[in-house]
Amino acid sequence: MKETLIVAGFGGQGVLSMGKILAYAGVVQGFEVSWMPAYGPEMRGGTANVTVILSDKPISSPIAHEFDSAIILNQQSMDKFEAQVKPGGVLIYDTNGITHHPTRTDIEIYTMDATEESARRNMARMFNTMVLGGYLAVRPVVKPESVVEGLRLSLPERAQSLIPANEKALQKGAELIKK
Amino acid sequence: MQEVKLIKGNEAVALGAIRSGCDGYFGYPITPQSEVLETLMELRPWETTGMVVLQAESEVASINMVYGGAACGKRVMTSSSSPGISLMAEGISYLAGAELPCLIVNVQRGGPGLGTIQPSQADYFQAVKGCGHGDYNMIVLAPASVQEMYDFVFDGFDLAFKYRVPVMMLSDGIIGQMMEKVVMSRSRARWTAEEIKQMSDSWATVGKPQTRARNICSSLELDSQIMEQRNLALQARYEEIKKNEVRFEEIEIDDAEYVIVAFGSSARIASEAVSLARAEGLKVGLLRPITLWPFPSARIAELAGQAKGFLVAELNAGQMVEDIRLAVDGRVPVIHFGRMGGMIYSPDEILKALKEQSNG
Repeated sequence: MKETLIVAGFGGQGVLSMGKILAYAGVVQGFEVSWMPAYGPEMRGGTANVTVILSDKPISSPIAHEFDSAIILNQQSMDKFEAQVKPGGVLIYDTNGITHHPTRTDIEIYTMDATEESARRNMARMFNTMVLGGYLAVRPVVKPESVVEGLRLSLPERAQSLIPANEKALQKGAELIKK
Repeated sequence: MQEVKLIKGNEAVALGAIRSGCDGYFGYPITPQSEVLETLMELRPWETTGMVVLQAESEVASINMVYGGAACGKRVMTSSSSPGISLMAEGISYLAGAELPCLIVNVQRGGPGLGTIQPSQADYFQAVKGCGHGDYNMIVLAPASVQEMYDFVFDGFDLAFKYRVPVMMLSDGIIGQMMEKVVMSRSRARWTAEEIKQMSDSWATVGKPQTRARNICSSLELDSQIMEQRNLALQARYEEIKKNEVRFEEIEIDDAEYVIVAFGSSARIASEAVSLARAEGLKVGLLRPITLWPFPSARIAELAGQAKGFLVAELNAGQMVEDIRLAVDGRVPVIHFGRMGGMIYSPDEILKALKEQSNG
């Protein structure tokens, strides 16, 4: 098993944290993992992306030129990464702010209205776990209980009380994703 | 049970410092290495091991605090990123001149000047050929994984004290910022004052007994004849290091017709390029220098008798390639492939560069 995933969007959307939760879940299941961030100097705004690799063998390069899966959360990232999904791979995107939808026919494309849904439910801070839930529904690379353990390991102490709400967001994401 | 942590390279340096019995860390924040200082401040080792962690007012102050700590026979270190290391250059030369052991970590970013906060390997020359003024060398270790960023803190201190030289860990923004699993198997206590006195009484400022003259840790010597003797002694020690401490790793090298040479993060990307090449039936191998000084020149010279050509992949305009060319000595072609300014190549780009060479 080897999954090479890129999560790409704006700084502040929780892109890096989403990758981190998945990476921790991978560790819980005994996978080799790498988490490789790329972002600008801004705390919010600007583009941010993270490459997460889960593998049952040692990982050579943490840098990839093509991805098994891509989670795209803004137009700039769509422009950059749609072409880099492997044929037969998965592209998941939030329709919010997307003006040019993906056109490839050789990959599986899913959408999620997670920005809208998380705002409507007053859980904008759990936007990223909602998206992660959607991703795991179509790419079950780790078990749900490992993700909860991943949350426990990656969230700072002050945010541990939010784990049940995040679990709900994961479930909601799984319901939200559609082809 | 083994303790395994998922952490960033920079966090691994901080944990490595605490667990390797480091006595003092003196630093100043700069992206992409700020997590070293941040992690140390968060872990508060002064409450557990007694290790001092201090944010100095500048890089110049940090390196001189390192000088002071090292002169007392303590295990001391600093870390920074490219522009900050340039500021430390004078102090590093003084440390080398005064024969003081210490560890300096450089998590490289793109230059020149303030450059960019994105990863780069453009400080190879600075680390290996110079940095400060005068005839000196540092032992330079190039980690290619988060695990090595942890382990090389231990190795760095050991080598620094074995030869009484500054040791540099030359990392970059890729290895410093990425998270991987680290096995935290190695751990040791700080030296006691008594242990330091026993080990370093011949040179460190550990208190003067009646039985010997005072120890002075200085790089200054105005008598040229004595200064030349000090230089000769340093050079003899460097020869000793070259003989004993060369380290490198090889992947798929036995039947390789083409050899990629890459260090640090580039070696990780290049090792995937080797897998891609082998999948296409191309006989490609990888040599990864682990010590950039001393350099594995002898092994490269040997491989020049076997290979049809070398490709040197490094995130700069062509620096280590000069040392490969010296070792290969014109026997086979050596080409360079690089990106600059914070841009990173992918494994397939390295393979493409290699194919262009082998066809041309």
